[in-house]
Amino acid sequence: MPTTRRQFLSLAGGVTAAGTVPIVTLRPLEATPAMLNTAIRNVVGEAQIRTGRVKLDIPPLVENGNTVPMTVSVASPMTADDYVKSIHVFNEKNPQPNIGNFYLNPFSGRAQVSTRIRLADTQKVVAIARLSDDTFWQVMADVVVTLAACTEEMN
Amino acid sequence: MAALINVPAKAKRGDIIEIRTLTSHIMETGFRHTADGKLVPRDIITSFTCRYNGTEIFRADLFPAIAANPYLSFFTVAKESGKFEFEWIGDNGYSSTASASITVE
Repeated sequence: MPTTRRQFLSLAGGVTAAGTVPIVTLRPLEATPAMLNTAIRNVVGEAQIRTGRVKLDIPPLVENGNTVPMTVSVASPMTADDYVKSIHVFNEKNPQPNIGNFYLNPFSGRAQVSTRIRLADTQKVVAIARLSDDTFWQVMADVVVTLAACTEEMN
Repeated sequence: MAALINVPAKAKRGDIIEIRTLTSHIMETGFRHTADGKLVPRDIITSFTCRYNGTEIFRADLFPAIAANPYLSFFTVAKESGKFEFEWIGDNGYSSTASASITVE
């Protein structure tokens, strides 16, 4: 059967459409939502944030987002001239991007803080440390949440 | 308000010790609704401070994303015998304190 112009065009269109799909999914998956970015910039200002030095211990899969144990530690000698000033923890998809700010000093001895947090959805958690030389270091972790916190109805 | 404090009773001078605190508080996020659609007002602890013989050694700003009954663990260097004082401050004029003693040898 000879190919009609109409058939040819619809086939070509289909191929083009199919061809664009991978391009769409190739968009960066690490895009930071605006709210998270603003919250981070409120703390960090214009400073550059480097990756490393900070460790975020959080379960990769949690059943209940109402209480998720989390530990942030920073590789630092914690001496009078080289210590961690503060640790800031943020989330991507809760109704509000801040989780907590923790202020340390050279007498902390060890730059490590633990708490329990709420996660409203499967999302990224970001921990940022501010060192005594005012450099910022960050780490990101992905957490899959099966039962969300925060916004459920009250019984 | 009931608080659970875990501080070692004794330490050697210069030891790094862990301090763990747990206090009872609903930490109502302000994002939840009742079954009939009313917003439940926010009621959280917003600030925690720990002082060691009067000097602030740790402070935290808390947000609704901190779980109910806030648990915090942090470290300090045992410098001298004395007292740790803990203070939680929150919405609606909430304030609660606790203390613990340490003997440093």
